[in-house]
Amino acid sequence: MAARDPAIAVQDLVKIYKTTRAVDGISFALEPGSVTGLLGGNGAGKTTTIAMILGLVMPTSGSARVLGAEMPRQRNRVLFRMNFESPYVDMPHRLTVRQNLAVFGRLYAVADLSARIAQLASELDLGEFLDRPTGKLSAGQKTRVALAKALINSPDVLLLDEPTASLDPDTADWVRTRLERYRAERGATVLLASHNMAEVERLCDRVIIMKRGRIEDDDTPAHLLARYGRETLEEVFLDVARGRGEAAREAAQ
Amino acid sequence: MSLSSQPALMISPHRVSAMVLRYLYLLRSSWSRVLELIYWPAVQLLVWGFLQFYIAQNSGFFARAGGVFIGAVMMWDILFRGQLGFSISFLEEMWSRNLANLMISPLRPIEFVMALMVMSIVRLAIGMVPVSLIAIAFFGFNVYGLGLALAAFFMNLMLTSWSVGLVVSGLVMRNGMGAESLAWTMMFLIMPVICVYYPVSVLPGWLQWLAWALPPTYVFEGMRALILEQQFRADLMIAAFALNAAYFAVAVAVFLALLRSARRIGSLLQSGE
Repeated sequence: MAARDPAIAVQDLVKIYKTTRAVDGISFALEPGSVTGLLGGNGAGKTTTIAMILGLVMPTSGSARVLGAEMPRQRNRVLFRMNFESPYVDMPHRLTVRQNLAVFGRLYAVADLSARIAQLASELDLGEFLDRPTGKLSAGQKTRVALAKALINSPDVLLLDEPTASLDPDTADWVRTRLERYRAERGATVLLASHNMAEVERLCDRVIIMKRGRIEDDDTPAHLLARYGRETLEEVFLDVARGRGEAAREAAQ
Repeated sequence: MSLSSQPALMISPHRVSAMVLRYLYLLRSSWSRVLELIYWPAVQLLVWGFLQFYIAQNSGFFARAGGVFIGAVMMWDILFRGQLGFSISFLEEMWSRNLANLMISPLRPIEFVMALMVMSIVRLAIGMVPVSLIAIAFFGFNVYGLGLALAAFFMNLMLTSWSVGLVVSGLVMRNGMGAESLAWTMMFLIMPVICVYYPVSVLPGWLQWLAWALPPTYVFEGMRALILEQQFRADLMIAAFALNAAYFAVAVAVFLALLRSARRIGSLLQSGE
């Protein structure tokens, strides 16, 4: 892959489940090292888009490329450079945190795995429950473990589906700080689906707003705020979600 | 940190062993799971063993045919528990909602299948080794006395169990946990036809054709020939192996087709019904 090629390139991507168009012809390209927020209400197509980028779901038409590899056909070329975290996917509950990280570390062929687990335990404060069964942890602790799993292979491309859903504000803030640090240190490309506008405003260089499977808007947070004449991304989101997007843009102009 | 880059088509023993380790961790953490592996085969063996004792006391034929029932029970358990060991290891991923994590990791489907095959043998050994010792202690039946024939029976039964396990796992992966019960019922569908406890000759003519199309039939006929006539039927084992090779190839193809279908309908992200 050439240096300036996008880390993720989605072109005319469509996913139809029976008669439902979950994703309806979207295109975007993410620069290496960027953090992009995927915003949208329930059923907007965010999770399906991420699943197609991960190779978990086959597109009906169009293409999703990660680091130059077409997903899911060429996934074996790039899966060891990617990772994913979502509150809707779990890890085996009876295994301890250390055992889970050891299994995933081996799957990703992580060199010097013990040292990597110790490093993650230190960075994500897992030390006190490293040898406890994963199923017996609190929601906040589980999120930290899921993040450790997502970072075990130091991925170049990290996909996050609502990484702070159902967390208290303190833990959510803690997770965001770790993500910012990881991005800064590793230069990873991050695609983040979220309902939390403050999170997106804080973390993302760019925001893609989806509605009914289509991209309604796509810009930097600052440009979106200016274009809609709003103070917060939440207000922008509500304009789009309630079909007032065009009117708000015209009023701002 | 450095990462090893691997050619796309290479099978990694390292990843297979990672999955085996994952299941061993699980077994180690759960005594109830280990006990369950021994409990049902032991109960079944004791019931059929004592029944054989009783019948043998009242029938000249069964007095001469000592061990046929017990041998049949043990062979059936290899077939059934082998498939169950494969399918349950797969179901553990569905129950723990971990399948998507595996499917976005570098683990290849064929490596996943290999790990499930290894685990079916491990789980079977945990259950069957104690049961084989019970058979010696209670009924004087030494399954290891079958020698090389036992290896041939075992290999053929395991191949069939993996084929069924592959199809069941593929169906659950594609259709969700609503198909979970197939793991416990699928093998019983063929049980009447593969002639576990009676010879193929007792079946109606048209059903015998179906029986001979199923590899376990050859194993159970071969076991009866060995115990009743002290004759090892290599021809039956070769026929069973040929059928098994074909069925296993078809089962792998079906599993991969169901995985593709699961990617199309989006069921890899969901573990529910």
